[in-house]
Amino acid sequence: MDFATLLQMLDATLRLATPLLLACLAGLFSERAGIFDIGLEGKMLAAAFLSAAIAAVTGNVWLGLLAGIGASMILSAIHGLASITFRGNQLISGVAINFLAAGLTVVIAQSWFAQGGRTPQLTGGARFNPIELPFAEALQNVPILGPIYYELISGHTILVYVALLTVPLTWWILFRTRFGLRLRAVGENPAAVDTAGVSVIWLRFAAVGICGILCGIAGAYLATALQAGFVKDMSAGRGYIALAALIFAKWRPWYALYACLLFGFLQAMSLRSDVVEGVVGFQVNGQFLDVLPYILTVVILAGFVGKAIPPRAGGAPYVKER
Amino acid sequence: MDVMPKWADVILIPLISILLAAILSALVILAIGENPWAALKLMVNGALGSTYGWGYTLYYATNFIFTGLAVAIAFHARLFNIGGEGQALIGGLGVAIICLFIPWPHWTLALLGAAIGAAVFGAAWAAIPAFLQAKRGSHIVITTIMFNFIAAAVLNYFLIGALKAPGMEPATSKFPEATHLPSFQDMFNFGETTFFRGAPANITFFVALAACVALWALIWKTRLGYELRSFGHSESAAKYAGISPTKIIMVTMLISGGLAGMMAINNVQGEAERLVLNAVEGAGFIGIAVALMGRSHPFGVLLAALLFGFLYQGGAELALWTSIPRELIIVIQALVILFTGALDNMVRMPLERLFLAMRRAKNDGRTI
Repeated sequence: MDFATLLQMLDATLRLATPLLLACLAGLFSERAGIFDIGLEGKMLAAAFLSAAIAAVTGNVWLGLLAGIGASMILSAIHGLASITFRGNQLISGVAINFLAAGLTVVIAQSWFAQGGRTPQLTGGARFNPIELPFAEALQNVPILGPIYYELISGHTILVYVALLTVPLTWWILFRTRFGLRLRAVGENPAAVDTAGVSVIWLRFAAVGICGILCGIAGAYLATALQAGFVKDMSAGRGYIALAALIFAKWRPWYALYACLLFGFLQAMSLRSDVVEGVVGFQVNGQFLDVLPYILTVVILAGFVGKAIPPRAGGAPYVKER
Repeated sequence: MDVMPKWADVILIPLISILLAAILSALVILAIGENPWAALKLMVNGALGSTYGWGYTLYYATNFIFTGLAVAIAFHARLFNIGGEGQALIGGLGVAIICLFIPWPHWTLALLGAAIGAAVFGAAWAAIPAFLQAKRGSHIVITTIMFNFIAAAVLNYFLIGALKAPGMEPATSKFPEATHLPSFQDMFNFGETTFFRGAPANITFFVALAACVALWALIWKTRLGYELRSFGHSESAAKYAGISPTKIIMVTMLISGGLAGMMAINNVQGEAERLVLNAVEGAGFIGIAVALMGRSHPFGVLLAALLFGFLYQGGAELALWTSIPRELIIVIQALVILFTGALDNMVRMPLERLFLAMRRAKNDGRTI
C-alpha cells in the first residue's frame, strides 16, 4: 500500500468515524448521568430523515440540521419522560424508540415524497459541502506534510470538525465544570446529589437533552454530508457501534475518540477490501471486518482487556426519599 | 396489600395501553391521509376473513409465540434477552444442517431432530452472553445486541460459503422431501373443500402451543421455576436462600435461547424449506413486544402473539391494497412496547390512585 492509498483510507476513516463519534459522545452524556440509552440508533435515524426532508424542501442544509436535531430531541424527550418521569425501564424505552424511528421515517417519507421511503437527492446548498482549509492548495506540494494536510485534514464538511471539537468540549464540561461534576455524580450516586439540594430530575433531563442534540447532528451528518439524502434504515447499526465504542472507551471522552476512529477505520477497511487484501496478502472476509467492532466489544466486556465498569446508578430510576 | 385488584393489573392496564397505542396508530394513519377505520376493516378482512388469511396469521403467530416465550422467561429472572433475533438466526442454521445432512426417513423424526437442533443452536448462541453476565458481570442487554449482529454475519458467511446452493442466491438448497412438515392445507383437507390453501401455517403451531403449556408448568409448577422467579424478584434474597445466581442465569438464558431458536422449525423447515438470508425478519424483536403485552405469562404471550400475527398479516394486506407501507406495523409495534413496557407507570399511577380513592370511599361509607 502506498502513501496516497493510506491517506485515502485515513480520510475515509475520519468521515466514517464522525457519526460514530457524535453518537458515542451523546451516549456518554446520557449514561454518565445514569440513563442508559440504546435508542441512539433510532435518534440518528429520525434526525437523518427529518434533516434530509427539510433540506430537500427548503434547499437549506442548516434548516435541515435544525430539524434533525429537533426530531432527535423529541425522541429524547420521550425517553426522558419514560425513564425519568415515569421511572420505566430505560432499555425497553430505548428499544421502543429505535422501532418508532425505523417505522415512522419510512411511513412519513413514503407519504411526503412517495419515492419508496427515501427523500429526494440533495444537491448544492441542501448538503454540507467539503470546506477547504486555508493554504491547503498552496502547501499541497510540500513533501509528506503537504498531502497529509490537503488530503486528510482539509476538505471535510464542517460537521466533521464540529465532531472533533466536541471531544475536548465534552471533556471540559464533564471534568472541569460544576455542571459536569454534578452530572457524573448523578450517574454514580443520585441520592447524594439530591441531598446536596441539586435536582436529579433536572440534571438527568439536561443530559438526555444534550444526548438528543448530539444524536441529531450525527443523523443530519449521515443524510446531508456523508450521503446525499435519506434512505430506509440508513443508520445501519451505527447507533449500536457507537454504544460499543462507548463501552470500549469505558465512558471517557478522549478514549471515545480513539475507539470511534478505530471502528471507523474498520468500516473503511471493509469498504476497501482490495487494499486490505494487498496488505495482509490473503482475502479477508468483509463480513468479518463489519462485525469486528461487536466482537471487540464483547471481548472488552468479558473483561479480558481491562474491565469496563459502567456508571453505578446507570439504568436505575431515581425515587426520591420521602 | 396490592393497591389494585388482580384483574385490573392483568387485564385493564394492558387493555388501556393497547388502546393508547391503537389511538396513536390511527392518528398516524390519519396524518398520512388514509382512513383508519377503512384500514382496520381491510386488516380484519385480510387477516381473519378467510382460512387463507388465518393461515398467515397463525404462521406469524407461531413465530411470535416462540420469540415471545423466549423473552418472557428471561423477564421472570429479570434478564432482558434482546438477542432473540440472533438466536433464531442461528437456530435456523441448526435446522438447515440437521435437515440437509441427515437422511431422515419421515417428517415426524425430522421435526424432532430439527427441533432439538434449533434449540441447541439457539441455546448455544445465548450461552456466551449468559456466561459473561453470570461470571464477568457484563450487561446481558449489550452482549445480546452485539451477538445479533455477529449472528447475522455468521449466517451470511455460511450462506455465501459452505452451505450455499448452486446459483446466484445466498441460500441453502431445498431440504429433502422427507423433512417437509405438513402444512395446515395438508392437515385440513376434506375432499372438495380445502382450507388454508396456499398459507404457510404448519404443524409447528401445535408445537408452539405445547411450548406455552410446558413453559407455564416450568415457571409455576417446578422447583426451577420457583427459583428463577425468586431470583427475578430479589437476587440477594435468592442468594441467601441458597439459589446459585450463576445457575439461574445460565439455565434461564439457555431455555430462552432454545425457545428463540425453535422458531426456526416454523420459518425455515416449515415455510421456506431452505435457509435464506434474514430469515427471521425481525420476529426476535417482536418477541419483546409480545412478552411485554402478555405480561410475561405464557398464555398472555399466546394471546399477544395472535394479535401480532393479525397485525402482521393485516399490515401486509394494507401494503398491498393501500398506500400505507408495511413499516406501519413497526410503528404499532414500537407504540405497544412503549406503552406496555416503558410507559407502564403512566397508565398505572393514575389507575392506582383511582382504585385507592374508590376503596377509601367504600371504607368511609362502612365506618359511618
